[in-house]
Amino acid sequence: MSAIEELFSLPQYSIHNDKKRALLLEELKQLTQFHYLNSIPYKNIIDNLGIRDKNKFGSIEELPYIPVRLFKTQNIKSVPDSEVIKTLTSSGTTNQQVSRIALNKETSMLQVKALASIITSYIGQQRLPMIIIDTDATIKNKSSLSARGAGLVGLSNFGRDHFFALDENMELKVDQLLAYLEKHKNEQLLLFGFTFMVWQYLYQTMKKTDTKIDLSNATLIHSGGWKKLIEQSVSNEVFKSELYKLFGMKKIYNFYGMVEQVGSIYMECEEGHLHTPNFAEIIIRDYNDWSVLPAGKKGVVQTISVLPKSYPGHSLLTEDMGTIIGIDNCPCGRKGTYFSVNGRVPKAELRGCSDTHAETVQSNGRAN
Amino acid sequence: MGNLEKLKKAFSESLEIEPETITDELSYSSGNWDSIAHLALIASIETEFDIMLASDDVIDMSSFQKAKEILGKYDIKF
Repeated sequence: MSAIEELFSLPQYSIHNDKKRALLLEELKQLTQFHYLNSIPYKNIIDNLGIRDKNKFGSIEELPYIPVRLFKTQNIKSVPDSEVIKTLTSSGTTNQQVSRIALNKETSMLQVKALASIITSYIGQQRLPMIIIDTDATIKNKSSLSARGAGLVGLSNFGRDHFFALDENMELKVDQLLAYLEKHKNEQLLLFGFTFMVWQYLYQTMKKTDTKIDLSNATLIHSGGWKKLIEQSVSNEVFKSELYKLFGMKKIYNFYGMVEQVGSIYMECEEGHLHTPNFAEIIIRDYNDWSVLPAGKKGVVQTISVLPKSYPGHSLLTEDMGTIIGIDNCPCGRKGTYFSVNGRVPKAELRGCSDTHAETVQSNGRAN
Repeated sequence: MGNLEKLKKAFSESLEIEPETITDELSYSSGNWDSIAHLALIASIETEFDIMLASDDVIDMSSFQKAKEILGKYDIKF
């Protein structure tokens, strides 16, 4: 069995750190070599870094990493155009350049399988009635699916009888929502949305009305950036406690992820910690000299994933700050590295499905 | 309507293709079969056969042939 097959076959979050890192390293050495041989821009970067042996790295920390921003300026890929089945674009406000990530069939399938293994470890195999806190207009333009649209569609596989709770003006369809909840009363529900939209369009709208809805039987999965909510003094703790107070909702899981590594998502656990799945790892680096920081020290997040086969995105330096909290010993029982994300590196541009949407609303005076 | 016809109907309606063009080799990411059409296809199969598919089966359903195999687990024979 190859390293990647073993990472996929073992139960999610079950692999002890030493074994996981050995499996990841074996796969990552091959990936680095593959991308070096198949992407000229990547080869040039590695050559300029003076790395001689493309497959002799002693640890994950020794692997080269490239800034995530590079995918905005160049279409960097490692497969011929004929193999590209879709190109994902990042979220971005109007005046920003967007990332373009070329996927071949293999990468796309790995992403879907990875996401499934993570999500089902949280909610089980049974597909639940699903409420999506967004408008179906987000997935109408098939030819160019945004990161937001791709995220919605990807998560939708884990639900059934999908209900898009917002209309195209981002207004909550309250009557239809009530009817949907009535139809599925006494059933477990799945809710998905981007953090800012859940807060602004579901929570704020329902808070202002006299109508009460009970979502105590729902699991909420949300993502997309906290910057806009932190500006309103809404931390993850406030978010969770307010949703509990208004809807009785107890199972709320944020996740951290990015379009450059779709499928590798870092889900929050019951303790509020973000967890690295079997096929991914994070490293925290010092903002001043890029040295590796130990647990407890805040620095720039480097994300490692074995999923990117069609573009050299297996080791990326993000523009997020984070802190490793511990390894293998989270009280929730999940193995692997767990961490927190603590905002953006200074002067980083706005990214994230939730944040860029909020920015667009503010600058246009309306949602789109 | 036999099971094969039912399955072809589900594929033909959700992928917007002619039933005659459906072969075992028809696979995900070819033609109209993208991630959005996949959701429609799953809903259509579930309605047609009155079943509920597990998440892993939704993810694994990557070709017409594979769909027949997976439905076998739900006691639907072809």
